[in-house]
Amino acid sequence: MSRRGDWVYENNGGTCVAVAGADYCVVAADTRLSVGYSILTRDHSKICELADKCVLASSGFQGDIKALHKNLAARELLYQHQHNKRMSCPAMAQLLSNTLYYKRFFPYYAFNVLGGLDSEGKGCVFTYDAVGSYERTGYSAQGTGSSLIMPVLDNQLKSPSPLLLPARDAVTPLSELEAVDLVKDVFASATERDIYTGDKLEIVVINKAGTKREYIDLRKD
Amino acid sequence: MRLDVSAIENNFAVHADDDGGIFGGAADLPAMQLPTCADFDGFQKATKELMKNKKGTTTLAFIFDKGVIVAADSRASMGGYISSQTVRKIIEINPYMLGTMAGGAADCQFWHRNLGIKCRLHELANKRRISVAGASKLLANILYSYRGMGLSIGTMIAGWDEKGPGLYYVDSEGARLVGTRFSVGSGSLYAYGILDEGYRFEMSVEEAGELARRAIYHATFRDGASGGCVSVYHVGPNGWKKLSGDDVGELHYQYYPAQATPVEQEMADAPAA
Repeated sequence: MSRRGDWVYENNGGTCVAVAGADYCVVAADTRLSVGYSILTRDHSKICELADKCVLASSGFQGDIKALHKNLAARELLYQHQHNKRMSCPAMAQLLSNTLYYKRFFPYYAFNVLGGLDSEGKGCVFTYDAVGSYERTGYSAQGTGSSLIMPVLDNQLKSPSPLLLPARDAVTPLSELEAVDLVKDVFASATERDIYTGDKLEIVVINKAGTKREYIDLRKD
Repeated sequence: MRLDVSAIENNFAVHADDDGGIFGGAADLPAMQLPTCADFDGFQKATKELMKNKKGTTTLAFIFDKGVIVAADSRASMGGYISSQTVRKIIEINPYMLGTMAGGAADCQFWHRNLGIKCRLHELANKRRISVAGASKLLANILYSYRGMGLSIGTMIAGWDEKGPGLYYVDSEGARLVGTRFSVGSGSLYAYGILDEGYRFEMSVEEAGELARRAIYHATFRDGASGGCVSVYHVGPNGWKKLSGDDVGELHYQYYPAQATPVEQEMADAPAA
């Protein structure tokens, strides 16, 4: 990729996961920043709290991610000034989709997962590709370890598709503590087999009481 | 006399100067940024891997005497990885018009949302609903202006307007075709096989819905890039209604129930003997 004179991206690696529950949402990401085979730092956060009930985790090219997070945080502040309230998670989800699509021909190299509580207080997770296609799901993983983690989450959390008619109930049956344990387990597994994932895991839990942050050590090799 | 070209004006025309969209308000939409490199096409090709693709897909729509049937699968893939099994490929533009999505997921989602906005603005400006021909023309004109830049959209616009049922195929090459039967996507060949064989102009709504469901099911059976759930919609004079949503894995056993082999049958019978 670095052969091309005009190739401006690099992949800094890392993995982001989010799981939505009946009244909580867990957003987690590792803290390793890599370039090629080198680790630049073990302590870089991929998570950005955009609003009190809305947290964004992104993996990919950290230069674009920094710019994207700044852009969204600024738009959220404008929204607060104009509407006298903070942005809801579904509103931020569409804003992120549009922000990504306006750079359709020069994409943000960012694979995003947005997690939070919707206006009814239920957990919601929105998953994106790099140019803004998005979908509300119950759980998601993005980044270099995503193909290692998604099958495990499918196994534990898969619920009837929202497209089924007659509709079938699709709530994650796990409690908040069980969901956090599951996230720690999948990251431990991904760290074993993905060179770009490891060092430390940052977990953010959002529920109606507020936002809680926790750090777990992962393998540093 | 100045002609009014506001309906065909493109708000997303590419300009050299833009501020990244931070101060773009609702009325003044920001311009799309382009990469400053010598080889635009090469750059677009190289960034294709960043996008969720729905080219692997099966969608179909057909007109019959009681309206339009629209059906689609729900799988999205990124290369060989299935990125989602629950994608909404039939989008509800307004209560009497549907659009299907095949191609780039983000391209389809964004431009259909944009089309919905334009259709609503047309209603407000003209005090009547837009026709299917008009809506498909709006979309086709936008896509034509982006022709050659790497958008990937293969969509069908289906609806019921004053002229009755309407169905148009619109794609990112700039094509806009009127027709009575279309299928788009990697599984379309399989779907056409079932659809063409079972199609009659006079059908009940249930028969038509079942034909569409079976056609999509057969496409998901043979095409690796199609799968998930089959959604079938019917557009009638009073608007659209979702007829069915079925997981294709379960649908397989409905059409082809599992049969016990003779050995299994003996073992099941033995305790009774």
